[in-house]
Amino acid sequence: MVVVLVEHSQGVFKKKSLEAVQYAAHVAQQMGTGVTAVAVGKVGDEAMQALGQYGAQKVLHTTDARLDDFNSRAYTKVVTAAAQKESAKVIVGLHDTTGRAVLPRVAARMQAGMVAGAVSYPDLSNGFVIKKNVFSGKAFAFVNISSDVKVIGLMPNSFPVVTGEGSATVEKLEVALTDADFSVQVKEVNKATGEIPLSEAELVVSGGRGMKGPENWYVLEALAKELGAATACSRPVADSHWRPHNEHVGQTGGTIRPNLYIAVGISGAIQHLAGVNGSKTIVVINKDPEAPFFKAADYGVLGEAMDIIPKLTEAVKKFKASQN
Amino acid sequence: MKILVCISQVPDTTSKIAFSDNNTIFSSQGVTYIINPYDEWYSLVKALELKESGAATAVHLITVGKAEAEPVMRKALALGGDEAIRIDADSSDTYLVAAQIADYAKTQGYDLVLCGKESIDYNNGSVGAMIAELLDMNFLGFAGKVDVAGNSVTVVREIDGGEETNVCSLPVVISCQKGVAEPRIPNMRGIMAARTKPLKVVPAAAISALSNIVSYEMPPTKQGVKMISADNMEELVQLLHSEAKVI
Ligand SMILES: Cc1cc2nc3c(=O)[nH]c(=O)nc-3n(C[C@H](O)[C@H](O)[C@H](O)COP(=O)(O)OP(=O)(O)OC[C@H]3O[C@@H](n4cnc5c(N)ncnc54)[C@H](O)[C@@H]3O)c2cc1C
Ligand SMILES: Nc1ncnc2c1ncn2[C@@H]1O[C@H](COP(=O)(O)O)[C@@H](O)[C@H]1O
Repeated sequence: MVVVLVEHSQGVFKKKSLEAVQYAAHVAQQMGTGVTAVAVGKVGDEAMQALGQYGAQKVLHTTDARLDDFNSRAYTKVVTAAAQKESAKVIVGLHDTTGRAVLPRVAARMQAGMVAGAVSYPDLSNGFVIKKNVFSGKAFAFVNISSDVKVIGLMPNSFPVVTGEGSATVEKLEVALTDADFSVQVKEVNKATGEIPLSEAELVVSGGRGMKGPENWYVLEALAKELGAATACSRPVADSHWRPHNEHVGQTGGTIRPNLYIAVGISGAIQHLAGVNGSKTIVVINKDPEAPFFKAADYGVLGEAMDIIPKLTEAVKKFKASQN
Repeated sequence: MKILVCISQVPDTTSKIAFSDNNTIFSSQGVTYIINPYDEWYSLVKALELKESGAATAVHLITVGKAEAEPVMRKALALGGDEAIRIDADSSDTYLVAAQIADYAKTQGYDLVLCGKESIDYNNGSVGAMIAELLDMNFLGFAGKVDVAGNSVTVVREIDGGEETNVCSLPVVISCQKGVAEPRIPNMRGIMAARTKPLKVVPAAAISALSNIVSYEMPPTKQGVKMISADNMEELVQLLHSEAKVI
C-alpha cells in the first residue's frame, strides 16, 4: 500500500493535498497496489469520500479534540499507525511546513529513507529513484532510497491536479495518544484570511528595491488582485519593513514554484533566484537592460515600474473581460 | 541549560555548481565552503545570546562530516561556543546525519537542540525533526522567534499562510530561520580564542545510510528572454495566455 497524509483547512482539503493523493495513486499504480489517505481532525465524510476522485480507495480518519491543533509528535504517531495498519511500503506527504515536521519524524521512527522535495515519480527500473531540487534550484539530484519503507515529501505544484471519478471508503483509525504527544501548546494563530498563501499560489507578483518604497506597493497589489495572484518580495524589501517577512522569497526566505512569477524592480541576484527559479514562467520588469534577472526570464519588459504596472493591470482587466 | 547547535557546511551561495564523472559527483573544485547560513546567522547567534544572558551554561557545536568540515567548525567557534564536535561520518543521507547526532546527544543531556531551517545545498530541511523523533523530543520547525524563560520555551513559527505561537517545556528541537537573531561577524578576539577551543572528533556510530544520490542534472537552460515593449502590455497578456498558458 501507499499511504498519503492529507491536510485540510477547516474541513476543506487543500489543493496541494489533492495533488499529493493523485501523486500517491500514480506511485501505487507503478507498484501494483492501492492508496490509503490519512486524514486528521475535524473533517466531514463527504470531503473524505471525494478523495476517491484523486485516486484514494480508502481514507483512515483519526479524530481527537486534541488533534485540532497541529502537533508533530501526535501526527507522527497517526501516520505511523496508518502505515503499519496498511503495511505501507511508501508514505507520501507534502514538502511544506506540516510535512517537513511530520515526514522526517515518521522516516526516523520507521527507519525509512526519505526524499524531501520530490519533483518526479519514482523510477523503479533500477531501485527507487526520485528527482529533487538541490543547490537551491541550481541543479537536480536523482536520489535512490534503499530502505524497505520509503518516505516521499512532494514539492507542491509539481503536477497539475485532475479531478476524476471515484469515491473512497472512510474508516476510523484509533491511535493511542498520550498527553506527552500534546505537550506543545498553541497560544496564538495568525493567518492572513482571504488571501492566497504564497506557498500555494499559482500566480505571484513580486517587488524589489526598484519599487522605491512601501507607498508604491498599491500598484503591485492592484495587479495581483486582478490576476488572483499572491504577492512576494526580495529580501531587502522585507529587511526594510516595506513588506512582511513571510513575503520574502529566495535562498533565505521562501521557495516557491508558481506557474507565473512577475518580478518588478528586482535585480535577480543569485540568492533571490534560488527561491523562484522553479517557476514555470518568469516575467521581469526592470529599467536596467543589464539586470541579471533578464537572463532567467521568459518575458522581459524594459522601463519604469510605476508606468508599466498600471498598464499591465489594465491589459489583464481587458483580457479577463474578453474571456467572459 | 545546555545547548547543542547543529552545523552543516555548504558551498558558498555564489559557487558555480558543476558535476564530474558523468554527472555523478559534485565537483568541489574552486568551491568555497561556508557555515550553512541558517545555522550561522540564526541558530548559532541565538545560542550565543542565550549564553550571554545567563540562560545557557554551555553551547556546543556539532557537525557530521569528514575532516574537510573542520575549517568551517573553526569559523563557527570564532563566532562563539564552548566546544565543537565533529562526528567522523559521511553526511550524504539525512537519516544517517540525524541518527549520528542523536546517538551522540542522547547521553549529553542537552536541553535545547538548534538547527537551521534547511541546508542550502541539498535543501532537505529534515535533520531537525528526525533528531527530535530519535530523542523523543518536541520539534518546532520554521521558528522566527525563540524565547526561553526558565524551563519554558516560546516560539513564533511559520505555518501555511501565517504564523503560530507555541509554548512548550525543555527539552526541544527547534529549526531556525530569519527573525530568530541578527547575523554577527566574528571579531579578532573570537578568531584568536577559537584556535584553542576544543574540536572533538567522535567516531561514527554503526548506522547505515538509507538513501544515496545516483546522479545530478542541470536544469534546462532558458530559451532566452522575449522582450516586449512597455507600451504593449496587451501583447504580454496574450503571450501569457496563448504561449505560456499560465493565465
Ligand atoms: C547569503 C545571502 C542570502 C541572501 N538571501 C536572499 C534572499 O533569500 N532573497 C533575496 O531576494 N535576496 C537575498 N540576498 C540578497 C541578494 O544578494 C540581493 O542583494 C537582493 O536580492 C537584491 O534585492 P533587489 O533586487 O530588490 O534590490 P537591488 O539589487 O537593489 O535591485 C533593484 C532593481 O530594481 C531596478 N529598478 C530600480 N528602479 C526601478 C524602476 N523605477 N522601475 C523598474 N526597475 C527599477 C534596478 O535596475 C535593479 O535591478 C541574499 C544575500 C546573501 C549574501
Ligand atoms: N552534516 C550535518 N551536521 C550537522 N548538522 C547538520 C548536518 N546537515 C544538516 N544539519 C542540520 O540540519 C539542518 C537542516 O538540514 P537539512 O535537513 O540537511 O536540510 C541544518 O540547518 C543543520 O542545522
